[in-house]
Order: sequence, then structure tokens, then C-alpha cells
Amino acid sequence: MSVRDLPTADVVERAIGGDRRAIGRTLTLIERGGEIADQITELTHPAAKGSHVVGITGAPGAGKSTLTGQLIRHLPTLGLRPAVLAVDPSSPLTGGAILGDRVRMDDVAGDGGFIRSVATRGHAGGLALSVPGSVRAFDACGFDPVLIETVGVGQVEVDVAGAADTTVVVVNPGWGDAVQANKAGLLEVADVFVINKADRDGANDTRRDLELMLDLSHVSGHEDESGYRPPIIMTTATDGAGIEAMWAAVTDHRAHLQASGRLEHRRVARFRYEVRSRLATRLETSINAATHDLEPDGRSPAAVAGELASRLLA
Amino acid sequence: MTSEPVIRIVLAKLGLDGHDRGIKVVARILRDAGMEVIYLGLRQTTASIIAATEEEDADAIGLSMHNAGHLALAPAMLAALDEADLDIPLIIGGIVPDQDIPILEAAGVAAILGPGAPAEEVVAAVRNAVSRDRQQ
Repeated sequence: MSVRDLPTADVVERAIGGDRRAIGRTLTLIERGGEIADQITELTHPAAKGSHVVGITGAPGAGKSTLTGQLIRHLPTLGLRPAVLAVDPSSPLTGGAILGDRVRMDDVAGDGGFIRSVATRGHAGGLALSVPGSVRAFDACGFDPVLIETVGVGQVEVDVAGAADTTVVVVNPGWGDAVQANKAGLLEVADVFVINKADRDGANDTRRDLELMLDLSHVSGHEDESGYRPPIIMTTATDGAGIEAMWAAVTDHRAHLQASGRLEHRRVARFRYEVRSRLATRLETSINAATHDLEPDGRSPAAVAGELASRLLA
Repeated sequence: MTSEPVIRIVLAKLGLDGHDRGIKVVARILRDAGMEVIYLGLRQTTASIIAATEEEDADAIGLSMHNAGHLALAPAMLAALDEADLDIPLIIGGIVPDQDIPILEAAGVAAILGPGAPAEEVVAAVRNAVSRDRQQ
């Protein structure tokens, strides 16, 4: 009998038992959202042990997929069982998506690791719900670490950084100067910087600019109060150079979080964020229903919103 | 909630066949029809395609063939699906001579798309194959 025909609870039970196809199905049901996704949250929550969640973000073409592919080859040699959530954007016009990250992660599927491609899908807050749900499912199925790979722009990135313990920001030589780095707001999310394609000209200039930017956060008093300074790792993803150093920096960051008590702090923040996202999604459904057929009636928008708010939030 | 779940399809080139222009066009056509296309690219094996299909929980597999290997490769893929007990449609696109079409259909290929197939035909072939499969 196909796993697609089984009741949700049986699918999740098989997934937690390690059945690859059941894990794939569980993730589909989480992505579709709604009551079944909520049910899966209930079922996977008790089995989740707290896997290390690593976000890998950066501009398109920076080398995130290739680096992630190298990591999932490297990690099993350390006795780890990694899972990857590779997030690509859905077309805002058609809702479709081309999920191409596996092209650069070949030969790794089926060797104990697990790769899942995810489209951002259009619906508001969708990713903010499905990413933590999928991370929890991977955790419950025994995968550790869980890597989330995503293009570093806009809300998606905020959602993903919010879901990670350690965020790796991937940049390239010639990518910009220190002023642009400050402008891009990378400082706030990066726990580890990776300069990929470090065999190209300008890698050391980029490194110097990043170091300067980190120095400036010391000057402005915005440095991490626990004294953590994001390391800068040079990699060449295509031949694997620097991958071990990159992973060592990620585990160092995790050790730092643990020692300083900030891991717990981040996970509490993550819990609050997910509860907030779930509430926002529910409220948004009510708001859409209440405003769908709204016609102007001479009153100001503020007056109408005020009247609806007192009704909706009663 | 009431709408049909989005179709997820794995697209790949099986074996040694570097002609990937067609499959990239198909990927774009299916994306623009609202599907999620998991693109594996060149030089895949039946095992790598099966593993990706399981992990991605795909509804269908589309293989592009331009090296005259379809009479060997398509049955090999069908046998691999059968062995993995994966009951999802296989669609073949590319250069398939007319006299080979009934052979592939008899072997269990759900649809065969030739060069120049219009976008609507490509989309309809995938939609029909998936909805037949979902109704079973």
C-alpha cells in the first residue's frame, strides 16, 4: 500500500522510523498547511531532540548549493546525518517554481542524508510556518544537523534566519565594499561569514572589508555582548577547499551559544516567533474574510478598520 | 484548501546525453503552468532519480532523451520504479521515432512528447497523467 494512502498518523510514525518515502510525504503535508500540518506538528514535537539548525544564505550564484552539497558529503564522515531544506522562490505570477538546487548536490541523496526542495509559495506567512514544521520533522526523524539553504533577500531570509541556530552568510570576491555590507544588514544575521570562490581575484580585499565592518560594530557598540565575533572563512566550493574549516566555525558557534546560554535564548525566541506566525496566519484569514466584499460607505478607512477590529479581536 | 494540491514533478536527463535545451524549456513551461519542477539536470542514474523522487514526494517523473537510447532507458526507468514500488507516471520527451511510440506506451510510459510539442500539450500531458494517477 502506498504511503500516500495511509492516515497521517501512520505516515508520521513511519517517517520517524526512518522510512524515506514517508519522510518525503510528511514534508509535503507540512507544506500544504492547514489542520493536517498542525496535526503533524503535534506528532513530531515530542520526538524532536533539538538538532542543530544551520541557515545558509547569500545572493543568487554565491555558491550556497555547491557549499551545501560539499557539506552533506563531509558531514557523514563525522558520523552525522544531515538533512537539507533547499528553498527557492515561487513565481509571483504563476505560483510555479523551478527548484534546481539538487543539480549542485548530486550523488548525495540516499547516502543517509536527505535533501528536500521547497518553493516559497505565494501565501502570506507560508514559509514562516512550513520551515519550522519541516525542521521539526527532520529533527524527529533523527537528522542532525538540519541545513536550510535560501536566497538572502527580504522576508524569506528573515523567516529563515529566525528558524536557525547558526546563520552562515556566503559572499564572493568583488561583491561590494564595507559600506554596502553595512547597508545590506548582513551584520545582524551572520554568525559565520564565508567568502566562496576564494580562488578568484579580490578575495583578500573582500576579507579586509568584512573585517573592517566587524571592527566598526565594535566602535559603535553593536558587537555581541558575549564577545563573539563572526569568523570569516575562505572556501572554494567546487573543489571542497575550506569546507572543513567552515563546518568547524559552525560548530564553534554552536558551542559558544551553548556555553553562553544563548542557545536557550534563541530557541525561546524561535518558539515565540513560530507561535506569533501561527497567530498571524489565523488572524489574516479572518481579516481577509471580513474585508473581501467591503465597499466604501462614506466612512474613512480608519473608522471602518476600527469597527472591524473591535469585532474581530473581541 | 479546496484547490487541487500543486503538482511536483522531477525532471532529469538519464545517462550520457548532454542535450539539455529541451528539458530546460519544458521546466519553464511547467513552472509557468504553476507546477513545482525539481530539476536534477544531466547524467542522472535510475537510482539517483528514484532517491530524488522519494525525498521530493514527486507526483511524476519527466525524462528527456535525445540520444536514441529511449528503447533501453525508458524501460530501465520503469523497471526501477517498479522495483522501488513507486507507482507514479513516467513521461518521456525528446526524439522518439513514430514507430517506437507504441512500444514505449505498451511498456508503461504515460506520455511521449516530441520536439515542437506546444506548451499546452506539455502541460496537459503532465496534468492528465497525474490526475489519472491520483484517481487510482
